[in-house]
Amino acid sequence: MRRNPRLILGIITLVTIAAAFFVWPGSPLGKWHPWRLGLDLVGGSHLVYKVDLSQVTEGDRTSVLNGLRNVIETRVNLFGVSEPQVFIAESGNETQLIVELAGISNISDAIKLIGETPFLDFRVSEGNGTSTTFSPTNLNGRYITRAQLSFAQTTQSPEVSISFNDEGAKIFEKLTEANVGKPVGIFLDGNLISAPTVQTKISGGQAVITGRFTLTEARELVERFNAGALPAAITLINQQTVSPSLGADSMRKAIFGGIAGTLIVILFMLFYYRFFGIFAALALVAYIVLTLAVFKLIPITLTLAGLAGFILTIGMAVDANILIFERTKEELKRGLSKVAAIEEGFRRAWPSVRDSNMSTIITALILYYFTSSFIRGFALTLLLGVLVSMFSAITVTRTLMRVFIKNK
Amino acid sequence: MKEFNIVGNKNIFLFISGALVLAAVVAIFLFGFQLAVDFRGGTLWQFEIQPASATSTIPTLGDVQKFFAENLKISDAVVSSDLAAKTFLVRLPVVEEPDHQKYVSIFKSAFPGFSELSFQSIGPSVGKDLRTKSIWAIVLVLVGISLYIAFAFRKVSRPISSWKYGLITLVTLLHDVVIPAGFLAFLGYSQGVEIDGNFVVALLVIMGFSVHDTIVVFDRIRENLFISKDKSNFSHIVNQSINQTISRSVNTSLTLILVLIALYFVGPQTLSYFVLTLLIGVTLGVYSSIFVASPALLLINKKPKGRA
Repeated sequence: MRRNPRLILGIITLVTIAAAFFVWPGSPLGKWHPWRLGLDLVGGSHLVYKVDLSQVTEGDRTSVLNGLRNVIETRVNLFGVSEPQVFIAESGNETQLIVELAGISNISDAIKLIGETPFLDFRVSEGNGTSTTFSPTNLNGRYITRAQLSFAQTTQSPEVSISFNDEGAKIFEKLTEANVGKPVGIFLDGNLISAPTVQTKISGGQAVITGRFTLTEARELVERFNAGALPAAITLINQQTVSPSLGADSMRKAIFGGIAGTLIVILFMLFYYRFFGIFAALALVAYIVLTLAVFKLIPITLTLAGLAGFILTIGMAVDANILIFERTKEELKRGLSKVAAIEEGFRRAWPSVRDSNMSTIITALILYYFTSSFIRGFALTLLLGVLVSMFSAITVTRTLMRVFIKNK
Repeated sequence: MKEFNIVGNKNIFLFISGALVLAAVVAIFLFGFQLAVDFRGGTLWQFEIQPASATSTIPTLGDVQKFFAENLKISDAVVSSDLAAKTFLVRLPVVEEPDHQKYVSIFKSAFPGFSELSFQSIGPSVGKDLRTKSIWAIVLVLVGISLYIAFAFRKVSRPISSWKYGLITLVTLLHDVVIPAGFLAFLGYSQGVEIDGNFVVALLVIMGFSVHDTIVVFDRIRENLFISKDKSNFSHIVNQSINQTISRSVNTSLTLILVLIALYFVGPQTLSYFVLTLLIGVTLGVYSSIFVASPALLLINKKPKGRA
C-alpha cells in the first residue's frame, strides 16, 4: 500500500470519474443501466394483500403461492404497467402478496382489476335436518384449466362450465363420491352461488355452475376464470398510493436538501481545517459519487426514506476525517514532522473510527431485519453508506495526503 | 489550553440531564403518543383542490370538513390543510377500496379541480405488527450497541471493568432517545403531531450515532489509561480525556447537524418531524457524551472503592 500512492490515487480518480458517468442519468453510461426509483419518488401504488392459506396443506404452500403470484402478474401485465413487481412476503405468521405498480396515475383501475380475479371454491354440506352449513374443502379455482359459457338444456338459462386439471378432477371425483345425495356448495369470492345436489360420482373433471346468472354475468365470469382463478383467497389490507407529481416534488426537495447539506459540510471543513479540509472535501465528493454508483449497480430501489438515509451519511462520512485531522494536529503539536504526524493520526484514530462505525452498522442491520419495505430502504442505504465512507474517509484521504503533503 | 473542570461540576450536569429525562418521562406517561396510521391502522388521504376557474375560490378547511360529514356521511374525518398549496390531509378510519373510489368520484363531481396526491390505508393488524417490531428493534439496538462497547473495551479492565463502559453506554443511549421521545409526546399533545415508522427509525439512528461521540471519549480514556503512570487518579484522566476530545466530539456531530438543518429547511415536508427528532437527539448526543457518559463513569467507579 505504501509503495506507490500516486498509482493508487490514479486508480481511485479513474474509478470515481467512471462512477460519476455511471451515476449521471444523462450520460451514455448512465442510460445503460437506469436508476430504480421507489413508488414514493415516481408515484405509483403499493398494495399489500393478505393471503388466506388456511385451506392449503403445508406441502402445497409453495406451489399455491407461486400460482397466486403468476395469476396476479398476468392480470397486472394486462393493465400495461411498466415493470410491475409482484412478490410474496412473510410478515409474522401472515403471508402477504405485495403488488407494486410504479409510475401510473390511474391506480384505481389496477386495484379493481386485481380485485376482480375470482376465487372459486367448493364446500361440502354438513346438514343436520333443518339447517345446512358448509365446510371448506381443498377443491378450488387453482385446479381450473378452462371455463366456458353454456346454456342449460331445458331452461336455456346461461351457465358456466369449468374443466379441472387431472389433480382437480381426482379431488372432484372423490368429493362427489363421498357426497352423493347431498348438496355441494359452490362459492365465488366467499358467496354461495349455487348448491346443486350430487346425483352420482362425477369423473372426468367437468363441472357446471348454474347460478341465477344473467347472460352478461356469466360471460364476465368465464372471461375472469380464463384470465386466471386464484388458488387462495386474498384481501387488501394495506395500500399506499402516491401521485407522480407529489413523488417528483419529494425527490426534487430531497436532492436539493442533499446538495445544500453537502455544500455546508464542505464549507465547514474548509473553514475549520483549512488546508486539510480540501482533502476531506475531495474525499466527500468521491464518497457521494461512489456510494450512488454502488446503489445503482446492486441495484437498490431508491425510496424517499433511502434518499434521507443517504443524505444523513453525508453528514457522517467526514466524521472519520475529523477524528484523523484532530489527532494529526495533536501529533504535530508534540513535534512530529508533517508526514509522520499524518501517519500517526490515521493509525491512532482508527480504533475510534472502527468502533463508532460498528455501532451504526449494528443499528442498520437490526433496522433491516426488523422492518418492512419502506424502512428497509433506509437501513440499506445507511449500511452501504457507512461501509463506503470508511473507504473514502480513510483510504482516499490517506492516499491524497500521501501524494500531496511532503516534509519541507 | 485551559482545561475545563467538567468532572468537578458533574453533579450540575447530571442534574440537568436527570431533570430533562424526568420531564420527558412525565410527558410520555401524561400525554402518551399520537399514533400515525401506520401504527394504529387507518387511512391517510392527501388531495389538492385547484380553483375550477379564475373566478372561483377553493374550499376552506371548514368546507371540506362539512363536505365529509354531509356528503360522505363521515363524521370522524380529521382534516388539516395547507391552503397556500391548496392541499388537504385527511385522517380516516380504514377505508375499503370500493368506498375510496366512491369518495373520489363524489369529490370530483363537487370540486372539478380535485386531484388525489396520496392515499394510504393500513389495516389494524399491520399496524400492530409494526408496533411490536419497533419495540423489539429499539431494545435490540440498545442492547447490541452496549454489548459491542463492552466487547470493544474488554482490554481495559482497570480501574473500571469493561462491562461498566457498556452499562454507561446503555444509560446515555436511553438519555438521548427518551428526551426527544418526550418532546414528540408533548408536540402530539399540544399540536396533534403523530409518531410513525419514521419516528422509530429516527430513534434508532440517534442511538447509532450519538454513541460515536461517547466512543471517542472512552477511546481516549482507554488510551490515556495505557500511557498514564498514575492510574490511581482516574478522575483526572477522565477530565483530561474529555478536554482533549471535546472539539472532535462537537465537530463530528456538527457536520450531521448542519446536514439535518439543510434537510429541515429545504427537504420534503413529509420528513420534517423525522429530521426534527434527529436534530434534537443528535444534539443531545453531544451533550451526553461530554457531560453525562464520562462523569457517570466516575460515579459508577466510586461505589466499590469508596472514593476515587
